[in-house]
Order: sequence, then C-alpha cells, then structure tokens
Amino acid sequence: MTDLTRLTATALAALVAAGEASAVEVTRAHLDRISAVDGAVHAFLHVDTEGALDAAAAVDADRAAGSPLGPLAGVPLALKDVLTMEGIPTTCGSRILEGWRPAYDATVTQRLKSAGVVILGKTNMDEFAMGSSTEHSAYGPTHNPWDLARIPGGSGGGSAAALAAFEAPLAIGTDTGGSIRQPAAVTGTVGIKPTYGGVSRYGLVALASSLDQAGPCARNVLDAAVLHSVIAGYDPHDSTSIDQPVPPVVEAARRADVRGMKVGVVRELTGDGYQAGVQQRFDEAVALLEELGAEVVEVSCPHFPYALAAYYLILPSECSSNLAKFDGMRFGLRAGDDGTRSVEEVMGRTRATGFGDEAIRRIMLGTYALSAGYYDAYYGSAQKVRTLVTRDFAAAFEQVDVLVSPTAPTTAFRLGEKLEDPLAMYLNDVATIPANLAGTPGLSLPVGLAPEDGLPVGLQVMAPVMADERLYRVGAALEAALVARWGAPILDGVPAL
Amino acid sequence: MPAITPDEVAHLAVLARLDLTPEHLGRLGVELDVILQSVARVAEVASADIPPTSHPLPLTNVFRADVVQPSLTAEQALSAAPAVESGRFRVPRILDEEG
Amino acid sequence: MTAAGAGAADALMPWDDVLARFDPALGLEVHVELSTATKMFCGCPTEFGAEPNTQTCPTCLALPGALPVVNAVAVESAVRLGLALNCSIASWCRFARKNYFYPDMPKNYQVSQYDEPIAYDGWLDVEVPTPEGPRIHRIAIERAHMEEDTGKSSHVGGDTGRIQGADYSLVDYNRAGIPLIEVVTKPIEGIGALAPEVARAFASELRDLVVALGISDAHMHQGSLRADVNLSLRRTPTDPLGTRSETKNVNSFRSVARAVRYEMQRQGALLEAGGKVVQETRHWHEDTGITTSGRSKEEAEDYRYFPEPDLVPVAPDPAWVEELRAGLPELPALRRRRLQQEWDVSDLEMGAVVNAGALEVIEATIADGADPLAARRWWMGELSRLANEREVELGDLAIFPADVARVIGLVAEGTLTDTMARQVVEGVLAGEGSPDDVVAGRGLKVVNDDASLLAAIDAAVAANTDVVNKILAGKVAAAGAIVGAVMKATRGQADAARVRELLLTKLGVEP
Ligand SMILES: [Mg+2]
Ligand SMILES: [Zn+2]
Repeated sequence: MTDLTRLTATALAALVAAGEASAVEVTRAHLDRISAVDGAVHAFLHVDTEGALDAAAAVDADRAAGSPLGPLAGVPLALKDVLTMEGIPTTCGSRILEGWRPAYDATVTQRLKSAGVVILGKTNMDEFAMGSSTEHSAYGPTHNPWDLARIPGGSGGGSAAALAAFEAPLAIGTDTGGSIRQPAAVTGTVGIKPTYGGVSRYGLVALASSLDQAGPCARNVLDAAVLHSVIAGYDPHDSTSIDQPVPPVVEAARRADVRGMKVGVVRELTGDGYQAGVQQRFDEAVALLEELGAEVVEVSCPHFPYALAAYYLILPSECSSNLAKFDGMRFGLRAGDDGTRSVEEVMGRTRATGFGDEAIRRIMLGTYALSAGYYDAYYGSAQKVRTLVTRDFAAAFEQVDVLVSPTAPTTAFRLGEKLEDPLAMYLNDVATIPANLAGTPGLSLPVGLAPEDGLPVGLQVMAPVMADERLYRVGAALEAALVARWGAPILDGVPAL
Repeated sequence: MPAITPDEVAHLAVLARLDLTPEHLGRLGVELDVILQSVARVAEVASADIPPTSHPLPLTNVFRADVVQPSLTAEQALSAAPAVESGRFRVPRILDEEG
Repeated sequence: MTAAGAGAADALMPWDDVLARFDPALGLEVHVELSTATKMFCGCPTEFGAEPNTQTCPTCLALPGALPVVNAVAVESAVRLGLALNCSIASWCRFARKNYFYPDMPKNYQVSQYDEPIAYDGWLDVEVPTPEGPRIHRIAIERAHMEEDTGKSSHVGGDTGRIQGADYSLVDYNRAGIPLIEVVTKPIEGIGALAPEVARAFASELRDLVVALGISDAHMHQGSLRADVNLSLRRTPTDPLGTRSETKNVNSFRSVARAVRYEMQRQGALLEAGGKVVQETRHWHEDTGITTSGRSKEEAEDYRYFPEPDLVPVAPDPAWVEELRAGLPELPALRRRRLQQEWDVSDLEMGAVVNAGALEVIEATIADGADPLAARRWWMGELSRLANEREVELGDLAIFPADVARVIGLVAEGTLTDTMARQVVEGVLAGEGSPDDVVAGRGLKVVNDDASLLAAIDAAVAANTDVVNKILAGKVAAAGAIVGAVMKATRGQADAARVRELLLTKLGVEP
C-alpha cells in the first residue's frame, strides 16, 4: 500500500475519516519514519510514542463510535519545543529548562488535541527561538534534509526539517523575526506567520512578547490553511489575542486564484545582498503571478532598511525581561547551590550555566538598550522605527493587495558557516522582520531550486493585518502553477535519507 | 555612540544576574560593541515627531471578570521546584534586603 | 556588617534641636492591597492565611508561557480611588515592567505603571491634631498607580528568623500577584514639628477612604496597607530639598509617625556632625522603633522600565469614569463633619469616637431610633469596656446597633433600670437572643404593683424589727436598710422610691 508518510495532511485526514487507514496506522508509519531518519536529521528533541499512539487510538475510537471528526483528526504533527504540553518535556532548546515538564497545555496544544491532531513530539530549535540556523540549540543542531551538512533555518529548523524529511505532514512553528518563514524557505516547505494576535500566545514561552506569533508549517498551502483554521481564534488567556472571526483561509487556499489581485514587489527587499539564484527564482515566480492574472507593481517601503536594527533592539530588550524568570528558583536548572552561596550567586551561576552564548548575548544587549541613559537612543528610537515600518505597510497596502519578496537572502548555508558572526546570522531575517514589527501576516512557499546550489528558494507573501486569507489565495495559486510546471512537488527532490 | 566599556559590560552582567567569566565578559564587550554600532542607525530616522509603537495592534481595555478560577494544587505548583520544604519553595539565603 | 549593626550606631539629635535647625520635607508612598476576589492578572483567590502555595497558577508562579490578563475590578477600584483623591484619570495609560531580581517576585519583574499612572495630580485633606485643636492640611497627590504584590519569604536558621544571618529562605507565592494601588504624595513641606502627625493623619485618612470605597480591608497588621516614608532635611525652607531616605513597609499608623520622627532625629544628628545623608532604602523595626540601612543605592538602581508587551493599554471611557464619580460614597472627612454637627459634639469628643472606631455603630444606633447622647454613652462607655474585655473591635461585638437602640428605648420608657439594661446587654452578648428575648428569659422588669411590693415589705419588716423600732423612734433615715432588703428580695426590679413611700405609710411615719 501507499507510503502514508508521503501523503498530504488533507489526504491523510480523508483516509482516516473514510476508514481506509486508521489513525494508529498513520501514526505508526510516521513514528517508524522518525526512528529511521531522525538520527541523521535530529528534528526532534522528544518523541512521545505512547502519547501519540493513545491520541491516535482515541481518534479511531471516536470514528468507530460515529462521533464527528475534526478536519485534521488522526493527522500527525510535530510541535515546536517552545509550546507547553502538559507532562511532556518542554526545553525551548535550552539547558536551563532541561527536564521541565509543564503542568499545563498551551492554547495551541489544547486546540490541536481537541481537534484530534496526533502530536508526535517536540521539535528542535535555536535556544529560546534565538537564531536562524537551529545551531543555537543546547541539544545539537538539526540538519537540512536537502543536504545534511547545511542548516534547516531557524529558529524553527526542527519543525521545517521534520516536514522535509517526511517525519510529519504538519508542524507548528513560532515566528518572532522569521522563525517560521525562513526555515520554510530553506527546506522547501510552507510556513505562515499569522497576524499578530491571530493565534494565542498562551503557553508559548515568550522570546519577544510583542513580536512572537505561532503559526502553521506544512508541505503545501492547503494543509497549512487547514492547520491555521484549527489553531487560530480568540483566546481570553492572551490579552493580545484578537477577538474577531478567523480569516477564511481554507476557502482562500481552495480558491487559489490571483486574477485581478494587485501584487507589490518591495523594492527595498530585492537586489543587493540577495543570492543570484534566489533573486532569479523570485523574479520568475513574480512573472508567473502576472501570467496567472495578477497585476504586479513595484512599491517602496523606505523604512524597511531600518527594520533589522530596530528589531535587534526591541527583541533583546523584551527577551532580557522575559528570560529573567529563568533563575533556578521555581523550576528548571539550579546551579551552584552548595549551601554556602547566596540566592544572588546561585541565580547568577544558574543563568550563566543554563543559557547559551546567543541567549546571553541578547540578554546583555537588551539590558543595555533598556538601561537609564541609553533607553531613548536605543529602545525608544527602535519603537519609532516600528511606527515608520508600520506606516510603510499601510501606505503600500493602499496601492496593492499583497506584497512579495524573497523570504531569505540566501539558500541554506553550511552548518557553522555563520556561527561566529552574529551580524551575518542576523541578516537572514532582513526580509521577514518587517512583518513582525508591524504585526502583519506573512507566508513563505518554495518557488524552485537555486541554479548555483540546487537548494530551495522561498518567496514571501505579506498581507494587511487580519487579511491572512490573501496569503493563502496567492500562495495556493502560485503553488499550483509551479507544481504543474515542475510536474511534481518540490519535496519529491529531497535526497533519500 | 560611545563604545561600551568593560565596566559597563560587567555592570550589565550584574543587572542581568549572569555570573560570567572575565574571558566571556571580554568577548561580549567586543560583540556588543559591533552590534550596537550597527543598530545605532535607528536614531537616523527616529525624529521627535514620530510616536513610538510598543504594541503591534491598537487594542485597549482587555479585562477579565473578577471571578475565581481553579488554582494549581500545592503539589503541582511545587512539582518542578529544585528544592522544597514544608510546602514552600526553598531558596538559598538572601543577601539583598529589597522586597 | 549587618544592617542591624549599622542601625545600632545611629546617633539621634534631640527633637527640639532638629526643629530649631532643620526644615523637614516628607513624602509618602502607600501601598493599598485591594480586596478583589482574584489576583491582579490571574484568577487565583486572594484570601489571607491560606495554606502556602495553594493560591497559585502558571501566571502568578511565572511558569514559562503563561500570560497575564487584567482584573477589571482592580482597574475600577484604581479609578474610584483616583477620583476620591481628586485626581485626574488618564485617558490612556499602559502597564510597565519594573525589572529587578528577587526570589519572592516570580517573574523577576514587577508589573506596575511607570510614567503613565492611571490617576495623577490630586489632593487629600487630612485633620492634624495640634495643641490649638485639629488643623486641616491639604496633601498634594502625585499619582496613584496599579501594580502587583510579591510573594512572602520566611527565613530559616540564624537567630531571629530575620533575613540577616539566615541559612536559607522559604517562599510562599500566595500573595504574589495580589492587586495593589500605590498612592504617592508630592513632597509635603512647611509642616515642621507636625511632620510625624501629618504622616500618621495621611495614612489613617487614606485607610478611612479605601474602607469607605469598599476597595480594601485595609488591615495594616495584615499588610494590606503598607507605607514607605521618604524624609529629607534642609537648613531652611528656601534651600533645595535635601537627600532623602526611604523607610520601607511601615505598617501601623503609630509607626508611621515614629518613623518620621526617628529619621528627622537621625538625619539631624548626621548632618550636624558634618555627615551626608545617603539615598538608601531603610528598614523600620517595629520592636526597637528604629530604622536601619538596607540596600544603599550606589549599586545603581536601574529598573529598566518598559511598556508591558503582554498587556494592552487601559483607556477608561470618560462616560464610565463619570458614572464612577457619581457613584462615589460620602467621603470620610465630609461624613465626620456632618455627624459632628448632627450630634453637636466637641472636636475632642468626635476625635475620641473616631479613634474608638465607634462612628459607624453609633450612627447606626441612632438611625435605629436611639437618642444620640444615649447611643454615644453606651458605645463609648459600657460597650467599649465589654469590647476591651473581649479584646475585639467595637464593630465586632456580638450585638447589633438595633439591639442597643432597643435597650436604650426600654430604659427610656421605664421598663428597665440601668442595672437591668446592662444585664440585657450581657445576655445578648451571651447569645440569649434579642434584648426582648433576654428580658423575657431572665424575667427582668420593673415591679410596680403595690400588692407584691407590700408583701415583700411585710417580710422585710418582720425580719428587721430592730430597724423598724429605730424608724418609729424617729430615725427615718434607717428606712434605707428595709428598702435595701426589699430591693434585694425583688432582685433589683422594684422601684426603690415607691418602696420607701409604701413602707413609711405602712409604719404611719411622716416622710
Ligand atoms: Mg511600587
Ligand atoms: Zn495565579
């Protein structure tokens, strides 16, 4: 029979609903795939074999009992290790949380569970989501299934790699500056950062509260849309959650039609600094959109070039405060408590031992940016840039329905290549950061392989706040045309592991 | 922007409760300097007339009714604690008197 | 060097010298713990005295991933207190994070308000007792803002269970996240010798205010009202303000005054000796009545305040604010002045009533129909005595103002003598029911039918022939003994005057 791990989430859900495959079979197939390839990929930090099989069995029981099944019932999913799951280790890729088993479910986790989605385990990530390569995980890097010597992007490299390695058809990521979209781009998968406030942050261990947003990761746009509809929606436990209906993302993905839409190419997010093959595939995709009936214009967002600098002040500032709770007093690692040391010393040792270099770098940077005397020059100015970037978006969306750009300036680079150069690492997010600053939604989908290295290239679609459906409309249309042109989904090109 | 001094770096580590080696502090000094030089450019466009943005969306007045919800049990609350004594979190002796 | 050691060394300048040589400036920061059902940012209950760590959740324990949501009643309370303090109410304000590490603060930042308090620029009139009688002093309010309380640590080992010299500490987070409103005064100047009394008066007026508003239990001993006393001295009122000390967590009205006086004398001695006052946190010691140096602020305090990104701004609707303003209760000062006029009592008497906490009960008793004078006499006299005996607040005595009013009524209509009335009150407190129940149950009532009185008189006469002879011999005064015997026989329920009358007629002696 067919290899269940190669099917789409919607196809798997249909099989389970029709009784042509049991949720347990589907789950077993993916657990087997994980044990076969994850030694090489290292997408998972924890695999919850028992819990997954129990959840699958529960779905099969529901079906047998004739109770209605959700649109993704019985479909396996990989959960980024930054979201809490009751009783399951949640480390955020950090030593400081080693062995912590949360006493509660994140809202996203709880919505997945009640929808009958089967959570296979927790995926690897840069420590506390700080990074673009997953090399900053305390538990070792994740490898890109396209080339195990290369990075899978970050911080959500584990979730993206799990999809590209066919370990799971769906995954959850979180995106603070591109951590869903950039890994999607470099692994040839699809990832969406919903509108800020569109998906609850309750149970998402905060990196930067005003930027973080959880979102769907999948191997195709429709699967992502269905997952989006399952996890999105108002949550009274999150004060920044939007109390409005979820945008009609599934309908939009099914419609897959860009005729009459106005697409803006962001001048400031192309050209210099973008790898030739990335630029080439992007330009081809834009041309294709025009063929599909979209009107394409160039728009300027003059303050986007300042977004990266603003982001690397706002993020460290918020994270220096968000990470203060990791002090070894109530949970997690405690270091150096020999009975003689004071609480101040023990906190200092715990944090110095428990946090990795990048976390410490950003905590220090944020502590500096917020200090009296520097606040106005750094954090204060960064917040003004945030206003300017938001105004740029508003002006652009006066002229066009969506904006497009390459998702990342380059394809997947080699493990270790940028590890010693923080600034070079930060540049990976140059195109994705503006959307986080403005709270607007963004999607990345694969638009081909760069000629020079044969690695996936991602195109980013950006829409106004709470117009997430436009991402899916454009993404699905482009995806259909590209797959038709290629004759097969891009991930069929992933080398056997 | 003034280059960040070793004393400043050491002071930041105290504020951030990070007990770092001199070597690490030295390395951080250099790295922070490079990063700060590059992010300082936000000042170029941040003129006085531009309002700062702290929240991406203009939501206001999100409140909760004053109704008791179930708490964790003491067992659950203490379950992840490194050290516990008589139903409380046990912490090393406190030097600083603030609080 | 322990802080206590540092404190022990402090020299004090005689009070009169301080006043002669220095001008004090006072600043008060009072934390009011709200009596909401739940905490500031989570649904955990706020009851005092629960088992440790039984009133916590992921949010108030700062477990990774948990988020805060603002308690609507806490915001309403803050606006109402702001209005009662004659403040302007912010049309738009944010919460801010105050970042510093401390084990009783789970997040290692406190969610508070920084440069955007919900209420600002107000005033509160307080009544300060002076030798020339009470004086009204208007205290300018800088701001009132919302924030959250910390947990409580107890210190194990060492000597006194104090933090110094302890081996380790134990933390209970039940109190962490309980809503606080911090009220901050502008510098209070030109009060000289009155500084301690002004400070005390402000704290107690604020207590009365939050009680009248019903937003806090305001039990100072339970820490639901905690005052920080900022004090500085300068040579003359025209000099710029001197460096101030900040004495934290003073938790009784009396101590607020004592702390001000102590700091004035300590700083006076220090400055006179050519020393400098360091800006520092000082700790108040209830037992010894001194302050000791805490964390000096040369370890430059840098709280790195920034807008709390997990909470959205608060923008009170002006219409709602006006609704709340219209709904404010009569404020304590006005009410006191009104009642003083209605009862027509002296400032001194009124002061006594207020200090005894008898205002409410007396007002209620009068409302239940009692004569104002009698109501005051009962509550300030017999009932205060009984309350002291039982070591409870007047208001906590097991008798309703309505009961007291009834007792007063029974005396007025002559059904009870004062002696009986006291027995009735005892009965009510003993749980024998309403005053009428007690009267019936104990068979208490004035006996005034002559028949039964004459019977008692005959008995007494027969038993006291010698006394009778004295009376008949003209010693009329001796009649008292017989009357006494009759009163005894009737358990004090007879009308003594009538007994005497009947006795003398019976003996045919001219009264
Ligand atoms: Mg405060
Ligand atoms: Zn709580």
